[in-house]
Amino acid sequence: MPVSPAEVIEPDVIEDVDRPWVTIVWNDPVNLMSYVTYVFMEYFKYDRAKAELLMMDVHEKGRAMVSSGTREEMERDVTAMHGYGLWATMQKDD
Amino acid sequence: MAHLEPLPAGEPGALLHLEELESALVESLTTQMIDLVGVDSPADEDPLVAMVGIDPAAAPSEDPALLRLLPDAYPDDDDASSEFRRFTERDLRSAKVRHASRVRESVAARETPIAIAGEDVTAWLGFLNDARLVIGTRLGVTEENHEELAELPDDDPRAALFGVYGWLTYLQETLVQTLMGHP
Repeated sequence: MPVSPAEVIEPDVIEDVDRPWVTIVWNDPVNLMSYVTYVFMEYFKYDRAKAELLMMDVHEKGRAMVSSGTREEMERDVTAMHGYGLWATMQKDD
Repeated sequence: MAHLEPLPAGEPGALLHLEELESALVESLTTQMIDLVGVDSPADEDPLVAMVGIDPAAAPSEDPALLRLLPDAYPDDDDASSEFRRFTERDLRSAKVRHASRVRESVAARETPIAIAGEDVTAWLGFLNDARLVIGTRLGVTEENHEELAELPDDDPRAALFGVYGWLTYLQETLVQTLMGHP
């Protein structure tokens, strides 16, 4: 059966087009590890394992990419993180 | 000393027991927070501007503590950060004032224990974190200098502030643990 061009686009390409922006949460000396985990579970609805993994990245590597999406979606996520008191920024995904 | 217990019947939330002095401390901190982050709208401000929440005058604060509460959103793009600030800072400040006001209301009656559930969970966690960010920034807290700050002599004005910081840390940590099911 012939395959139309639309069906052979690599999933990665679609991902790039749809989710070109990312939200980064940065380490800071005040925020508690437990609280950062709690915020990731509460706001992003990540399970505990994923939330803890991201929190450890923030703590040990200094930053973690916590979400990706459209610019508008990331502005929403960054605002929410600032509401919780986490230090978050957004940038275009390279 | 303040302590927390889970809400009965497994409802998400916590019961907070505070002593009189602790309630007074929290109340005082909420008032200071509201003074710090509250928006001083000029009287002649366009009401439409106020209504849609855009603040043309929003700029990064020169106060490091306030800048930590209201950080830049785009690390390498000042223009985009300014634009973001104009559209979001007023709402963010309002949310922080709302959290502090809610906490102030719940301690003002001096009735303990205080039930922290529903919307109050966000208000308490948000306020405790904001208060720690402000005090932590004022004290210059880093990952490495906790011991140094803990050993300050009593006559150093930072010693009392670090005591408050430590107490808020204990309260926030215990509240998070209680909410996550590990009291």
